[in-house]
Amino acid sequence: MTNVVLTERRYGPVVMAARRFAAVIGELLTNPTSAFGVIVVAILLFTALFAPLLASHDPNVVDLGNALSRPSSLHWFGTDELGRDVYSRLVYGTRISLTFIVIVSIIVGPVGLLVGTTAGYFGGWCDTVMMRITDIFLSFPSLILALAFVAALGAGLENAIVAIALTAWPPIARLARAETLTFRGADYIAASRMQGASALRIIVKSIMPMCLPSVLVRITLSMATVILTAAGLGFLGLGAQPPLPEWGAMMATGRRYMLDNWWLVAFPGGAILLVSLAFNLLGDGLRDVLDPKQK
Amino acid sequence: MVNLLDVRNLHVSYRGRKGDNPVVKGISFSLGQERLGIVGESGSGKSTIGRALLKLLPTARITAERMQFGETDLLSCREKEMLQVRGRRMSMILQDPKFSLNPVHRVGDQVAEAYRIHSGASRSAARQRTLEMLEAVQIRDPERVFKLYPHEVSGGMGQRIMIAMMLIPEPELIIADEPTSALDVTVRMQVLKILNDLVISKGIGLIMISHDLNLVRNFCDRVLVMRSGEFVEERQARDLMNAVHPYTRGLLAAQPHIGGDRRPLPVINRAVTTKAATVEGTP
Amino acid sequence: MTAIEIQDLSISLGLGMRSKPILGGVTLSVERGQSFGLVGESGSGKSTVLRCVARLLNAWDGRIAVNGKGVRETPQGEYCRTVQMVFQDPYGSLHPRQSIRTALQEPLRIQRMDRHQERMEQALIDVGLNPAFLQRYPHELSGGQRQRVAIARALILDPSVLLLDEPTSALDLSVQAEVLNLLSELRTRKGLTYLFVSHDLAVVDHMCDRLAVMQHGRIVEILDRAALATGQASDPYARELIRASVEYDEAV
Repeated sequence: MTNVVLTERRYGPVVMAARRFAAVIGELLTNPTSAFGVIVVAILLFTALFAPLLASHDPNVVDLGNALSRPSSLHWFGTDELGRDVYSRLVYGTRISLTFIVIVSIIVGPVGLLVGTTAGYFGGWCDTVMMRITDIFLSFPSLILALAFVAALGAGLENAIVAIALTAWPPIARLARAETLTFRGADYIAASRMQGASALRIIVKSIMPMCLPSVLVRITLSMATVILTAAGLGFLGLGAQPPLPEWGAMMATGRRYMLDNWWLVAFPGGAILLVSLAFNLLGDGLRDVLDPKQK
Repeated sequence: MVNLLDVRNLHVSYRGRKGDNPVVKGISFSLGQERLGIVGESGSGKSTIGRALLKLLPTARITAERMQFGETDLLSCREKEMLQVRGRRMSMILQDPKFSLNPVHRVGDQVAEAYRIHSGASRSAARQRTLEMLEAVQIRDPERVFKLYPHEVSGGMGQRIMIAMMLIPEPELIIADEPTSALDVTVRMQVLKILNDLVISKGIGLIMISHDLNLVRNFCDRVLVMRSGEFVEERQARDLMNAVHPYTRGLLAAQPHIGGDRRPLPVINRAVTTKAATVEGTP
Repeated sequence: MTAIEIQDLSISLGLGMRSKPILGGVTLSVERGQSFGLVGESGSGKSTVLRCVARLLNAWDGRIAVNGKGVRETPQGEYCRTVQMVFQDPYGSLHPRQSIRTALQEPLRIQRMDRHQERMEQALIDVGLNPAFLQRYPHELSGGQRQRVAIARALILDPSVLLLDEPTSALDLSVQAEVLNLLSELRTRKGLTYLFVSHDLAVVDHMCDRLAVMQHGRIVEILDRAALATGQASDPYARELIRASVEYDEAV
C-alpha cells in the first residue's frame, strides 16, 4: 500500500539551499538578458574583491605632470586632472558601489519584510499605523530626502548610505504586506494556529519564507536605483567625499574638463550605466525564475 | 450514421527538461450524434483530449493519424482555420463559470457577443437571440439576468449561462469538461437535464469529460474509461455496472453508496502499472 | 460522555439593520467515539461551524464545549492537544517550503513534547506512509500522500476530537477510498470523535452515524444514517437533498 521506493536523502538545509542557489543561477544563465545581468554582477563582485590585483596603478597617487592624458597602453582609461589613473579609480570604485548596495540591502530587506509581514498579518490598527508611516517615507523623493538628511548630518559615505536606505524600504514593506495578505488565509497557517503557534512564530517561520522570492526580486531591482542615487549624491558632492574614487564624484569633477577629455566622464558614466542595467536585468530574470514555481 | 468526429491514434505530449512527457498515448475513438462520456481520474489525460481537439494547447505536441471533424481535417488546420471551427462548430463548456465568464462584462453582453462573432448579426438581433437562449436554459427572468455581472449570479445559473453562450452559435459538437463539478448536488441535476435536453433536441454531439462515474452513467450513451493516457474500456453507459476491465471495476467498487454497507472500500492496486490492474480489499 | 456540545451557535456580520446572519442557532451534540456528519450545500455554513469549534473564528455567540469544558475557558495548550483539524485541500494544507519532518515536528516543539523522532515516525506509520517520507517536500508527494501527512500532523498531538473539513473532496475516487478507509480505521483504533463536514451524502453515509443537514446557516434537521437510505426526513429541504443525492448516486 505504501510507496517504499524512495532514495534516502540526508542533505541538511544548508546543502539544499546551496543546491537551490546553483539551480537558480543555472536557469538565469539560459536567458541572454539575465545571463548578462549575472555576468556583470559577478564581474562587479570579483573586481571589488580583487581590486588591488586588478588595478594597474594606485588610485590615489597624484602625478600632475601626467594630468589629463588620453587613454594609452600605460593608462588604459587615461588620467584625470590630478594625474590619477582612471582605470584604477574605476576598479576601486566598485568597492564603494558594492558597499552601498550591500549595506542598503541589509538594512532595507529585513526592515521592510518585518514591517510588511506584521502589518499584513495583524491587520486592523497595526496595519493602518504601519502603512501610514510607510506612506510618509514613500512620499519623499529619494534624492531630496537624501539631500535633506545629508544636509542635516553632514556629507559622507555613511550618511549617504543611511539616507538612501530610508527611502528604499517602503516598497519592500508594501510588497511584503501584499504577499502576506495572500498567504494569511492559507490552510497551513490555520493548522499552525491550531497547534498553538504564536503570531511571531507564524510570521517568521511560515509567512516570511513565502514572501522571500518577491522581496529578493524587488531588492535586486532597487539596487539599480541605489547605484544611481549614490552616483547622484556623489555628483552633488554629498556622498562619498574626495579622494574616494566614487563614480558619481568622478563624473562631477570630470564634467569641467569633459569637452576635451571625454574619458573622464565616459568611463565612470559607462560603469554606472552597465551596473545599473545589469541589476535591472538580473531582477527581471530572477522574477521569471523564482515566481512561477510558487504560484 | 456519418461520424461527426473521427480520431485515430492521437498522441499529445509536452516537452519537458528530460525529454517528452506523454499525456495522451495513442487513443482512437469516433463520435456520431450521440453523447459520449470520457471518464478517468486526475492525470489520466481526459481534459487534454478536449483541448487538443480544439487545438488550445500551444505548448504541446499533437500528432495523430486522423483527426477528422466532419469535412475538416483538424490536424492540418492552421490557427486561422481553427478560428472558424472554435465556437461556431465545436465549443467547450468548462468547469467553473466564475473563471470562464469575463468578470467585467455583463453576462448578457457576453452571450450576445458570442452570437455576433459567429453570425455577424446586429446588436438588437443578437440581444433578442440571447434572450431566447436564456429562456431555453430555463432562466425565468431573462431580461433581468441579461444585465447582471458574473459575480451576481449563482453557480448553477452561471453554468446555464455558459451553456447558452456555447449553444447559441448552434455548434455541431460540444465538449463539456467537468461541467458540474463546481455545483451543488441539487443544482447539478437541473443543469445536466437542461444540457441533455438541448443536445438531444438540436442533434448536437456531446463529449462529456468527467471524473464522476455516476454522471457519465446517467447522462451519456457510451462511456470510455481512461487511465494514464490510454482508453482501457468502452461500454454502453447503461451497461457500465457490468464492466470487465479491472480498473473500471475497481473505480466502481471504490465508490461509497448511500445505503451501502460500511465495510472498507476496495482499493485499486496502483503499484501495478500495466493495464491489468488488480483489485484488493484492505484488511 | 459528550465529546462535542454546541448550543445556539450564531454569528452575524455587520451591525444593526444591515447585519447578515452567517450562522443561526446551531445546536448539536456528539458522543465520544461517534462520527457526526455536517452536510449542506455551499454557503450553508457547515465549514463555519467547524472553524468555530476549532477556535479559528472567535466572534460567535452561544456555547461550545468539548469534553464538557467550554472552549473559551480551555487554555490553548490543552485545547491543541484535544481538538485538531484536517483541511480540504491537500495542496494548501502543507507549507510548500517545509519538509514533512518540519511540518510534523513544529507542533511537537510548540507543545514541548518529548521523543520527537519516535512520535513523528509513528505518526507516519499510523497513516500508512514510510518514515522515509520525513525527508520529502510537499511538492514531491501526490494528493493522497499529502492528505495522509495532513492526517498524521493532526494526530501527532494525540487529540481525542478530529474536525474534518471535506477531507476527500479534492481527491480522486480511488484515493478517496483509501483515505476514507484510513479514517475509519483510525477512529476505531484510537477511539476518536469525528465532526465530518461534506457535501457528498454518499461519503457521509459511509463514514457517519448521525448527521445534521444545514441550509443558510441553520440546521434544518438532525438525522440518523438510516434516514439517508430510506429518504425519511421531515424537513422538505432535507428530503430534497437526499432525493437528489440518491438519484445521482443510484445506489446498488
